[in-house]
Amino acid sequence: MSHPEQIARLQQVVEDLLREARQQGADAAEAGVSTQTGLSVTVRLGETETIEHTSDNGLGITVYFGQRKGSANTTDLRPEAIRESVAAACRIAKYTSEDPAAGLADPALMARDVPDLDLFHPWDLSADEAAQIALRCEEAARGFDPRIANSEGATLYTQRSGFIYGNSHGFVGGYPTTRHSLSCAVIAEQGDEMQRDYWYDSSRMPGELASAEAIGRTAAQRTVARLNGRKLGTRECPVLFRADVAPSLLRSLFGAIRGHAVYRKSTFLLDQIGVQIFPDWVSITENPLLPRAAASAPFDNEGVATAYRELVAGGVLQGYLLDSYAARKLGMQSTGSAGGVRNARIASSGQSFDELVREMDHGVVVTELMGQGTNLVTGDYSRGAAGFWVEGGEIKYPVEEITVAANLRDMFRQLVAVGSDDDIPGSIKTGSWLFERMTVAGD
Amino acid sequence: MSVSTAIARETLLDTPGLSEGHLTQVMDRLLSRQVDAADIYFQYGRLESWVLEDGIIKEGSHSIEQGAGLRAISGEKTGFAYTDSLELPRLLDAAGAARAIAQAGQNGARALPAPAAASQLYAPINPLDSLDELQKIDLMRRADAAARSADARVQQVIVTLVAAHDVILVMDNSGRIAGDVRPLVRMNVQVIVEQGGKREQGSAGGGARQALDFFIDDDRALGYAREAVRQALVNLDAAPAPAGLLPVVLGPGWPGVLLHEAVGHGLEGDFNRKGTSAFTGRIGEQVASTLCTVVDDGTLPGRRGSLTIDDEGTPSGNNVLIENGILKGYMQDTMNARLMGVAPTGNGRRESYAHLPMPRMTNTYMLPGQHKPDEIIASVKHGLYAVNFGGGQVDITSGKFVFSANEAYLIENGKVTRPVKGATLIGNGPEAMTRISMVGDDLALDSGVGTCGKEGQSVPVGVGQPTLKIDQLTVGGTAA
Repeated sequence: MSHPEQIARLQQVVEDLLREARQQGADAAEAGVSTQTGLSVTVRLGETETIEHTSDNGLGITVYFGQRKGSANTTDLRPEAIRESVAAACRIAKYTSEDPAAGLADPALMARDVPDLDLFHPWDLSADEAAQIALRCEEAARGFDPRIANSEGATLYTQRSGFIYGNSHGFVGGYPTTRHSLSCAVIAEQGDEMQRDYWYDSSRMPGELASAEAIGRTAAQRTVARLNGRKLGTRECPVLFRADVAPSLLRSLFGAIRGHAVYRKSTFLLDQIGVQIFPDWVSITENPLLPRAAASAPFDNEGVATAYRELVAGGVLQGYLLDSYAARKLGMQSTGSAGGVRNARIASSGQSFDELVREMDHGVVVTELMGQGTNLVTGDYSRGAAGFWVEGGEIKYPVEEITVAANLRDMFRQLVAVGSDDDIPGSIKTGSWLFERMTVAGD
Repeated sequence: MSVSTAIARETLLDTPGLSEGHLTQVMDRLLSRQVDAADIYFQYGRLESWVLEDGIIKEGSHSIEQGAGLRAISGEKTGFAYTDSLELPRLLDAAGAARAIAQAGQNGARALPAPAAASQLYAPINPLDSLDELQKIDLMRRADAAARSADARVQQVIVTLVAAHDVILVMDNSGRIAGDVRPLVRMNVQVIVEQGGKREQGSAGGGARQALDFFIDDDRALGYAREAVRQALVNLDAAPAPAGLLPVVLGPGWPGVLLHEAVGHGLEGDFNRKGTSAFTGRIGEQVASTLCTVVDDGTLPGRRGSLTIDDEGTPSGNNVLIENGILKGYMQDTMNARLMGVAPTGNGRRESYAHLPMPRMTNTYMLPGQHKPDEIIASVKHGLYAVNFGGGQVDITSGKFVFSANEAYLIENGKVTRPVKGATLIGNGPEAMTRISMVGDDLALDSGVGTCGKEGQSVPVGVGQPTLKIDQLTVGGTAA
């Protein structure tokens, strides 16, 4: 089990690694070590189905010989595997090219103090206790509606992790974290039709997890609501991305403003800093320092201090997501984004979900997206979808086997509203997104 | 004992100092009166990857993945624990944790019938050493040069080269030990082209269970580079794809991802045992047009999706899933086979020692039909001809599947005319399979690039098909 005391042991491993790298001739080095233990219990149809004890270790090292770089990682932390890894990284660095942009992050940007973000709240529960919670969750789902005829089960997963990152600037930092989650997936049947859906919650603290019964009921409700889905004729119409699928739109935005996509010119948002890419009421922020939040981190994967940041203000793109490499390629400074965006949030334009449905009058509410039809080089967007048809400002019936398509650049510019219904699990906080017009393909 | 098993024993037992006596001790701990089946899976994995970008060798990385996974099964219940240490005390701890699942009611371990010996489908080599570093770098540089010289509009080239060496050993509760040495290599070329401020990307690659020479042979690496550029340039000229219900002709090879999504996943044994698949209970029924015969074949020598033995020690098979449109069978691991009262089919696969095995595909493809590809295209008045795809996804319960074309053309009056982009295809698996009205004689397998994800586990797979026509499928473009 990972306890705060274990952090001291990991710190020793990192320091040994950095010393070993220097002894093998590296000019600079960085290393990270992590350890994770967990318990995953799945119940299905009222019986325990699997009990899984997870236990993962990982170590990664990158060495720099001048501007040449080599990396290695291992799941095996015995000294011989560590020696093999350092030697492999050093050997690789003999063959990589001089790269002016390679290297550690700027020492001036290293986190100076590492605030405690309250991320460690272990849950000491036995496999039996875990099964009892999962059983209550599945039972709530199966009891919700007689059409819930089958189940993929409910899973309770609890894990505790610890990690340390250090580099040859002298930075060493790390902390323990916990994560607990409960999920449930059930199947509704009616005639020949079968539909599946799920729900879940996850949290840092056991007490902040939604109740087993609530998760089960939501899973069942979502599943039953899909029954009697119809196809839709091909048309252009308003589309509302419900809050639980809206985070994927923000992830597309983040993919397009990632420094690596920008310096490769492989993004539809090239050279857009200071440019209006959303309507002027749109504000998107990240707050890596939120206590107990899903993606909180006091420093990024290169030791750079993280901070609250506006990504989009007044609809204008404020900056890219830069690690030190992309920053140097672009002649900019790291934004502490090695490892991604942390706790992103888009501010609501004020309407509730029901108000958005009324406002759209007619169109499709998207509640599921399928496939990979997002091209971040061009912004072309075409995804498989399922959801509901809205007529006269009211949800009329479920729809399925449709696609929704447009170009992300146009979608972002023409965003009509973002709902206040942002009570969704995960690290991205957003309400539902309303677009005035997309191509909906069906039969 | 096969050469692979001998190598696996030496790597995973002799080197860490484990004797057969130790294994028996661990197995005894794993087994209790209530356990039906148990296995111990040892893995030694090394992987090396290189990245060329901006014309320089930018990155190289070496990975070690090593450990043992221990599983005890009692009826439908599974206990699982794993350790990254191959030391006896850690194995005994993991065995104790895994056996805790078995509580009541079963009859004790049953020995499995010993499967026939597997024939070796790839050489037991370490592909990391199959070229030296300078040769690897030269190969990547030549691919970069080939892409850049193919067209002046090429702005960016990223070449990746990956070699993986996996040695696995699995012991089941009957004491049977089987090992496998699995080389796997993969190369990819990705390009960005630009013309008048408009940018597009293209990507091509391949792979196999072979040495890295695979990419030098037949100038494959250079072929990937030219193919990536060709694709990107086609898309530069592409108009938005149409939206609506259209006849769709799928080209040979990689478009077989259709079969993987539309029928493959739905025929995995676990979903059918649990009754959650749209194909549940339909063996013997017509689930596709009579032109369709679909197999999952793990026995093709050297292919990316092939396995001499699966991750439970069962030799892989050439399993007929659909024959002339009739559903013949599911893909099984040992647990689901036992619970469904059928034989395992060699489809028990896991991402690593730290994951539980499940029924998974190997190389899934459709057998050739009678028509010439030209005849198939000529039969379409207005439709879509899709020859290359990104990934796909399926909801096995409702049968809905989607996959996104990254190279497609309009068919107008029986002729392939203009390129179109942004075509995501969506359909219902059983329905789409029933609407296959022409099957070509040009069966091709993909170039060795497929990776399949299921419940968070990734495994290498292959797909293939001849040119085929689906009378109606929803095409999700933006053009009216």
